[in-house]
Amino acid sequence: MPHIENSPEHATSQTSAQPSAGLLDTRYQVETPEGIDLTLRPAGLVPRALAYSIDLIIRGVVMGLMYLLLGMLGKLGMGLGTILLFLVTWWYMVLFEVLNQGRSPGKQWMGLRVVHDDGTPVGWPASLTRNLLRFVDILPMGYTFGILSCLNSPTFKRLGDIAAGTLVVYREEKPQPPILPEAEAIRAPFALSLKEQRAILGFAERANGLSKERRIELAGIIAQQLQVPAEQAEHRLNGIAHSLVGPR
Amino acid sequence: MKQSQFESHYQASWKDFASKLDGLEKTGKTDAAHSKGFAADYRRICQHLSLAQARGYSNYLIEHLQQLALRGHQQLYRHRSTIGAQLVGFLLSGFPRLVRAQWRFVAAASLLFFGSLITMGLLVYLFPHLVYSVVDPQQVASMESMYDPEASRLGRFSERGAGDDWMMFGFYIMNNIGIAFQTFASGLLLGLGSLFFLLFNGVMIGAVAGHLTQIGYSETFWSFVIGHGAFELTAIALAGAAGLKLGWALLAPGRLPRMEALRLAAAVSIRLVAGAAVFLLLAAFIEAYWSSMTFATPHVKYAVGAALWALVLSYLTLAGRGVHAPD
Repeated sequence: MPHIENSPEHATSQTSAQPSAGLLDTRYQVETPEGIDLTLRPAGLVPRALAYSIDLIIRGVVMGLMYLLLGMLGKLGMGLGTILLFLVTWWYMVLFEVLNQGRSPGKQWMGLRVVHDDGTPVGWPASLTRNLLRFVDILPMGYTFGILSCLNSPTFKRLGDIAAGTLVVYREEKPQPPILPEAEAIRAPFALSLKEQRAILGFAERANGLSKERRIELAGIIAQQLQVPAEQAEHRLNGIAHSLVGPR
Repeated sequence: MKQSQFESHYQASWKDFASKLDGLEKTGKTDAAHSKGFAADYRRICQHLSLAQARGYSNYLIEHLQQLALRGHQQLYRHRSTIGAQLVGFLLSGFPRLVRAQWRFVAAASLLFFGSLITMGLLVYLFPHLVYSVVDPQQVASMESMYDPEASRLGRFSERGAGDDWMMFGFYIMNNIGIAFQTFASGLLLGLGSLFFLLFNGVMIGAVAGHLTQIGYSETFWSFVIGHGAFELTAIALAGAAGLKLGWALLAPGRLPRMEALRLAAAVSIRLVAGAAVFLLLAAFIEAYWSSMTFATPHVKYAVGAALWALVLSYLTLAGRGVHAPD
């Protein structure tokens, strides 16, 4: 129905809805069958490169040690060594990713893991795909294609990730329960929208991470609406936050 | 309901769910009694998360629930990896079916690979000096020494004598499967890489085969390669077919976005590559423990080789056609 698509109202409602979702943020939302959004945080180039370097070093050390040991076994050892080299070259990442919840030792160290695009743990076919296609990512030299693809993708995917439908994400860390600043619970002087409610709670929860001056400055913005002098606005906001959370 | 009431009311059930998750994440499985009702618990967490979001509860609470939901999601929708059973089913019926389903790419890759191999072989046989414009003289010389009818053992490393089958086995695995993987992966370069490796390997093998036949080493050469060639050459063609499929998805994605087409094509072609890798493993085994032996007469080797070719071809064309295919 072209007339709807061309109508200016439709266009403005489209564009005005966008910015809130399009913040400068790398978070990636996955909608589940249960109707909730899961939030994944894709990892960028630097942590991934570091994780890869760690894996490279580990593999180098393992191969060095095994060659010393197998060297003593003569030709049998050389055969085993070549098979081992094959396993380490092509299967090291795959085995760790599938059997260790998407984490090779380097990724584990850097707090990363590999998941499917839908947030589920990576399986054999996807892991094999992304690691075989590494061969193309390293072309023409020093991971050039992989780096270009990674920098060009909103979710930092290298070519292997695109083909396999996988993501490298940060492992979630347990959030610390915040301590709200002491204040007398007090009702807000006007009805709060959901967004305002979240903003006030967020302000109170993050109080410890902000400097005193910044807190006063931020709270001062709405001092007038709260009908208090600017110096008391912070205390008042904390009070409202307490009333929102309810008695402990 | 105020947030603090909500929290204190459900805190215990969240803790319980978290401990179930810990168990599942650590070992991959827990005893049945402990994870009873996991799915119901997970749905409840999802409901609590939606409630918390709709009621504008604090960021900390929402993040906490979101993490529980994410971890639950990952455990509930974990792809089951019954790798053993899957592998058997795949080898008995899935793989040949897949090869037949992808016959266009398989035919194209086979034509490129075997076509260039046979053409080059015939050319070198008819015009012997041509071999030096493809293969460098040193390599030609080493090939000649490998298949010298006077040698007691054949193939790569023949000069090392007996007792090194293990070493050869390792070398063949590394070398051949590596080549197959490269042929596949480079298909991502719009199919050009696969095209190159198929033609390159075809031309090289063809040139060597033509040259050795022409100088009269045909019996040692052909009796050596015919056995494992059935698996090895087919596998390279199949890996090439998988690579061409990747490239084709990028060149002609049809009605899908290119990235989506690539993802779907990769899911299929990785299975082709897995099958090709199994073929190459077999080929390496045959090459190390059968092809290089000299106790069997060339006639026996030709017979076995022909049987292996027939086996491979009939496996790819006939296996898995039954209605009640083994799963």
